[in-house]
Amino acid sequence: MPRPRPEPVQVVKQRRDTALSALVHGVPYINFLGIEFERRGDELTAILPFDDKLIGNPLLPAIHGGVTAGFLETTAVIGLAWSGLWDDIESGRISMESLTEGHLPRLPKTIDFTVDYLRSGLPRDAYARARVNRSGRRYASVHVEAWQDQRDVLFAQATGHFLMPSKDE
Amino acid sequence: MEPDKAKMAEHFINAIPHCKALNMRLTDIGAGKAEMELPYDAKIVGDPETGVLHGGAVSALMDTCCGAAAMCHPSSPSGTATIDLRIDYMRAATPGQNVRTKAECYHITRSVAFVRATAFDDDDARPVATATGAFTVQRS
Repeated sequence: MPRPRPEPVQVVKQRRDTALSALVHGVPYINFLGIEFERRGDELTAILPFDDKLIGNPLLPAIHGGVTAGFLETTAVIGLAWSGLWDDIESGRISMESLTEGHLPRLPKTIDFTVDYLRSGLPRDAYARARVNRSGRRYASVHVEAWQDQRDVLFAQATGHFLMPSKDE
Repeated sequence: MEPDKAKMAEHFINAIPHCKALNMRLTDIGAGKAEMELPYDAKIVGDPETGVLHGGAVSALMDTCCGAAAMCHPSSPSGTATIDLRIDYMRAATPGQNVRTKAECYHITRSVAFVRATAFDDDDARPVATATGAFTVQRS
């Protein structure tokens, strides 16, 4: 039997970008902080564009520790949800129409989150990537790294545990 | 709160742009302890289906409150920054209710302040979250 023709690249990209955008922009807090996600295949990079309202120490100035925590937690939750949804998005089990209408899949719930503040967050854009170290049926463990100017110079890292949404919900 | 302390508290929040953006209030402070409040706001919701606030906003509240507790310790540090903060989320904060937190700096050395905090909504019997953190101690 001949192999089916691969889908046109723009169809693939549009499906993935639509799903990601619905997931990210459906959460008010993510929009409040101004976090965006860039996608390369299934790899996500979270971007936090600098804004004055993110400042925690006006003398330095430095990004608020709570903003850093929120940015890293968002990166972890979206990264975890994205990796779990990938197969459903690719197979078409999740319809793009329902996603764009705001019927979002249930997001993982944070059980605990530990942030390691390595240096102060400078008043400029920040980036973060999440690595899902373990994702079981009920629990997941995720590690996040965040940097600003240099990828290898982290300003914060975090580890969190999450409760996965039950599949039959 | 006494008028001078209230004034100091207001000044403290107004100096932190992110706390102002979230309309946080410092409701009590003194001797290594601080209490703060975060008003419920639709713009900081983390789960649009239930209207539950995002953990990040609760983190910002608890981080600030822990920092304030460290700052007002009788050994009077001149400044502080978070070294590490762990937050345990016990349950979702009830949508529509403010989140209040109480932080206590329970030990301080020349260079490190150890702080813990608990967050509640209107139900005082069931905490929403707890936090433990280590903060730097800057000496002038």
